Amino acid sequence: MYLPLKLPQNPEQRPGYMPVLLPMKSHAAPVGVGTMVQSFLSTKMGLFVLAAFLISLGAASYAQAASGAQLGTIALLWKWTPLLAKGFGFNVLISILSMAIGTVLGVCLGILQVSPNGIIRRVAWLVTQFFRNSPWLVLLFYCILLIPFEIEVFGTTIPFPGWLKAVIGLSLPVMAYMSEYMRGAIQSLPSGQWESADSLGFSRGQTMRMVILPQTVKRLLPPWMNLYAVLTMATPLVSIVGVDEIMSFARAALASENRVDLLIPMYLYVLCWFFIYCFPISGLTRRLENRFAVKS
Amino acid sequence: MSWSEDKPIVSIKDVKKSFGSLEVLKGVSIDIMKGEVICIIGPSGSGKSTLIRCINALNDIQGGSITVEGREVHDEELDKLELRKKVGMVFQQYNLFPHKTALQNVMMAPLKVLKEPKADVEKRARALIKKVRLEGKENSYPGELSGGQQQRVAIARSLAMRPDVMLFDEVTAALDPETVKEVLVTIKDLAAEGMTCILVTHEMGFAREVADHIYFTDKGVIVEHGAPEEFFDKASDPRTKEFLSQVL
Repeated sequence: MYLPLKLPQNPEQRPGYMPVLLPMKSHAAPVGVGTMVQSFLSTKMGLFVLAAFLISLGAASYAQAASGAQLGTIALLWKWTPLLAKGFGFNVLISILSMAIGTVLGVCLGILQVSPNGIIRRVAWLVTQFFRNSPWLVLLFYCILLIPFEIEVFGTTIPFPGWLKAVIGLSLPVMAYMSEYMRGAIQSLPSGQWESADSLGFSRGQTMRMVILPQTVKRLLPPWMNLYAVLTMATPLVSIVGVDEIMSFARAALASENRVDLLIPMYLYVLCWFFIYCFPISGLTRRLENRFAVKS
Repeated sequence: MSWSEDKPIVSIKDVKKSFGSLEVLKGVSIDIMKGEVICIIGPSGSGKSTLIRCINALNDIQGGSITVEGREVHDEELDKLELRKKVGMVFQQYNLFPHKTALQNVMMAPLKVLKEPKADVEKRARALIKKVRLEGKENSYPGELSGGQQQRVAIARSLAMRPDVMLFDEVTAALDPETVKEVLVTIKDLAAEGMTCILVTHEMGFAREVADHIYFTDKGVIVEHGAPEEFFDKASDPRTKEFLSQVL
């Protein structure tokens, strides 16, 4: 079977960074880490980190320019920026689609987790626990390998390109986390809400739809946004299964420049892209959390 | 149905209820006629709240029977909605829907459960809010209202379903002393209009004033009952005497 693993053409690029990168990236996945990072970083701290990135970039570039022999680091990064921006666009697209699918499935699964039917409840719980406790990268590999590249429905062939499989792969852990958030949000509401709706003649479905779910929204919003930031930071995983995004483009750029001194600035630059995108999200999450905490 | 107004509107016969191995009700019987106001009093843990929660099937029972307008409440084939339409309930913790305004809280059930036209429902809801003396608070959210105001919205919300019987489960127990009165006045108005009311309460003065009949429960049984005057002045059972000496 074709293993869609894209390794750099130039073997000299291979040692070192790939094996190191894998475990580190998959470590970034669990929500707990994201929450810690988010609560640890204040806005000032974030700006400080960003400034440190830029200064180190500038310093490296200055050293290059002083030697005068080759194109400066910043000029090189600038040259590759359109490609990296396109790659990051894929990261954003994949994260949005995975989040959308994962959220819809997770909300449904979360509701099933509080079903009055014991069998449904247990199955939903098991599915949730299974995907919540699986490494994201392994789930990605499974989806890439198990989902066929096209599906035929009523005579029409629906292609399933790699990026779409990756979207599904990443939506599974999102689903599991959302399911847990949903269950928690529903169970955190006072039982009096169910009782009063019951005594007014609402059916269980009506109570869920009109009374319970609207009240879970504000409880779900902060963890949901946090999960989105964590998911976005996990999207470079898809480069490992051969889907184009910012990391694979960065590697391609490095391979074509073939300059060892570009290695660190390039990955710093990639980090900057993620930081600029994700940091405001975690800042907003923190603000929402504070606001809701005061209100309730 | 064979029910007519000369028969009890709510009939509780030898009701037994257990939570696991703990028997909370050990055979309780009460008959309530239409338009009657009865108060159930007793020490905490005596099963008062459990009893009225059984009347609208929020709790199930292990023995005996409860009928509302002749229909058995704890019948597998009972149309729960029919029961909910007949029996309104107000809770100690108000349990308003916090994401809806006072008016929306009152309108929601008639609109969504009874599927009545919006214009009619809104007219009735506004009248009910006026009736519980909360004019001007229609668009306030529960979080912006005091406990007493929330409880009166909760009463209006139950009345919007046009019940024949109202259950009040310690509705003033969570309120500040100064707002207790406004809620009691609302209930008194209702009683004066002929609404059948079953109250679990710790307000002895109020019970004496509005009740037609008082039931004293202790440890899952009715120890003593009677009209307010004879109950409060001529209680005979030592347990009743002891309780009354503590609360009066």
